[in-house]
Amino acid sequence: MTTVAKGAKPLLAIKGLTATAGDLEILKGIDLEVYKGEVHAIMGPNGSGKSTLANVLAGRPDYTVTGGEVLFEGHDILQLDPEIRARMGVFLAFQYPLELPGVRAWQFLKAGVDAKRIHNGEEEMSAREFDQMLKAKVDQVQIDPDLVKRAVNEGFSGGEKKRNEILQMAVLEPKLALLDETDSGLDIDALRIVSDGVNLLRSSENAVILVTHYQRILNYITPNHVHVLYDGRIVQSGGPELAHELEEKGYDWIKDAVETDV
Amino acid sequence: MTTPKVISRTATSSELDADYKWGFTIDIESDLAPKGLSEDIVRLISAKKEEPEWLLEWRIKAFRHWVKLKQQAPTWANVEHPPIDYQDIYYYAAPKSDGPKSLDEVDPEILAAFDKLGIPLQERESLAGVAVDAVLDSASVATTYKETLEKHGVIFCPISEAVRDHPDLVQKYLGSVVPYGDNFYATLNSAVFSDGSFVYIPKGVRCPIELMTYFRINQADSGQFERTLIIAEEGAYVSYLEGCTAPARKTHQLHAAVVELVALDDSEIKYSTLQNWFPGDKDGNGGVYNFVTKRGIARKNSKISWTQVETGSAITWKYPSVVLDGENSVGEFYSVALVNNHQQADTGTKMIHKGKNSRSTIVAKGISAGEGNATYRGLVKVLPSADGAKNFTQCDSLLVGDKCGAHTVPYIEVKNPTAQMEHEASTSKVSDDQLFYCQQRGMSVEDAHFMIINGFCRGIFQELPFEFAMEASQLLKVSLEGAVG
Repeated sequence: MTTVAKGAKPLLAIKGLTATAGDLEILKGIDLEVYKGEVHAIMGPNGSGKSTLANVLAGRPDYTVTGGEVLFEGHDILQLDPEIRARMGVFLAFQYPLELPGVRAWQFLKAGVDAKRIHNGEEEMSAREFDQMLKAKVDQVQIDPDLVKRAVNEGFSGGEKKRNEILQMAVLEPKLALLDETDSGLDIDALRIVSDGVNLLRSSENAVILVTHYQRILNYITPNHVHVLYDGRIVQSGGPELAHELEEKGYDWIKDAVETDV
Repeated sequence: MTTPKVISRTATSSELDADYKWGFTIDIESDLAPKGLSEDIVRLISAKKEEPEWLLEWRIKAFRHWVKLKQQAPTWANVEHPPIDYQDIYYYAAPKSDGPKSLDEVDPEILAAFDKLGIPLQERESLAGVAVDAVLDSASVATTYKETLEKHGVIFCPISEAVRDHPDLVQKYLGSVVPYGDNFYATLNSAVFSDGSFVYIPKGVRCPIELMTYFRINQADSGQFERTLIIAEEGAYVSYLEGCTAPARKTHQLHAAVVELVALDDSEIKYSTLQNWFPGDKDGNGGVYNFVTKRGIARKNSKISWTQVETGSAITWKYPSVVLDGENSVGEFYSVALVNNHQQADTGTKMIHKGKNSRSTIVAKGISAGEGNATYRGLVKVLPSADGAKNFTQCDSLLVGDKCGAHTVPYIEVKNPTAQMEHEASTSKVSDDQLFYCQQRGMSVEDAHFMIINGFCRGIFQELPFEFAMEASQLLKVSLEGAVG
């Protein structure tokens, strides 16, 4: 487990974040600090707001932020367009990756890489360099090389779509990866491959927020911190043992604990 | 035989900033006949071109037929425009220096203009592989790459030159696929056409290079009526490309062209179009009325393939068709039609199956943005003689925004019980989720739209020669400006 030097600034600092979808208040005041090198698991029952949190951080237009702030490397990113956040290094692995008919996966990836490079004042990557890099990443995350020649997610199986998200993450090398229920709908082999990919990409220079309903993926990816989200608030935080406790006792235990507190 | 290559002329990003980057006018003194249409004007055009008697007679027949039509242009298309005043149009405008004998004699200003258009006329190395015939207003300016073609017996020249040098061929085939009485605009064209391209590929010859014509309307208030005739003899092959641009003008300009393709036994003609006539401004002022008749006849075992990318014109009215006359003949139609702002397009194809086991494929992609209206209109007709005929049709529409329209009007007439017809159609919208997905990977909303639309058109662009595909993609990008973001 990575230890964080005292006094280091958080990569991500969320303070009092509230957000709505339409008239519905979903996030009711989230506070969270994430440091480089950390993996945070956000767990919680259905409807607790954990996917909303990941999507709000990425800037999905379906949600309206009504209060609080989100500092990424010290910059307030809430006013920034989703593409700017992406270029700064925020990556969202989608729960339901979209199909883009006719758009070849490598082309899609190159556009992302180039957008980021231009944002950083660099030149677009040459076709040759990109090709070599992509090959290496394909090997690294053990994805079928044919997938990058096909149209983005078109006709992909559920597992292939999730693996493709991990490939995209590998290629774009984000500082902060938000994995939105990446484990849902995966069989055990696919889960292992996806988890291996995440473990491989984990480093002291980036951080991962892993949103999940199930403890299962945490058998493969060991988090530094586990948070339980309930009704739009983080109601409990702890180490990896918290996930095991949830596994044993279920979410009703949290529900009861929260309601007794009130 | 050299491998076919295509010239490289990709638009640079700075060029793409302009609203309509092709919108400059060339200042060349035109040789202009008075406005309006009469038998005298038809005779004048014919005289200017020193045409033989038979051609003048053919034009006069067409003109007299056109008068009988009493300006009754077809009204069935899903397009709207005020009536056209046919007496307020110039029917002949040629650059003053007529008939340049070689590139050296071409007006330097014309050459400079074509440079601006990205068409290298000079036979230089970068041009390796494409023969260009540039038609400015109504007259052919120069045809490059003549010698290479001559070696193979290929004729590629302005049709006026073909009338002079190869009168038998022209007389035999002109009007053989699109007769002068075919339709209102074709009749008008037959009376007043002033130039266009002529291609002849001898028996068994595979044309070693792509042939290309660039058309441009320069004169204000002038119509353009070019006529193209392509003949592939038995076992011959040719790939022909045409590109079109026009300067930005406040008034509408009429373009009524006719293209005839003759594919004899075992031959193949591949005809690609990038149509980028001025589409009018954002409020729908000006723009070209593109009313074009294109048809090919496919004899035994032959193949005709139309690929078109239609991004320009205020109104597009065109249905490149194939008469599948011979046994085992093949007809293909691949189309991308994009409308933005107030553009209207009613385009599609006709596949007329006469021959046994004739096969046709239609893939039409319509993209509607702004307040544009796109209609696919197609006819697949199987005559009693066409045993075993097959057709596959796919029509897809993509909507960008909520003020545009997409319409599909497929006609199917089958008179032979052994025929097999397949028809697929879809209408979709660029979804907010797709856009967010692209944005989350770093793309701007504009780039995301462009990427999704490009993906939608991919199957069609694959049918184009590589460099043309790049250009088509750039054209889409420019044409979509202002529609998204």
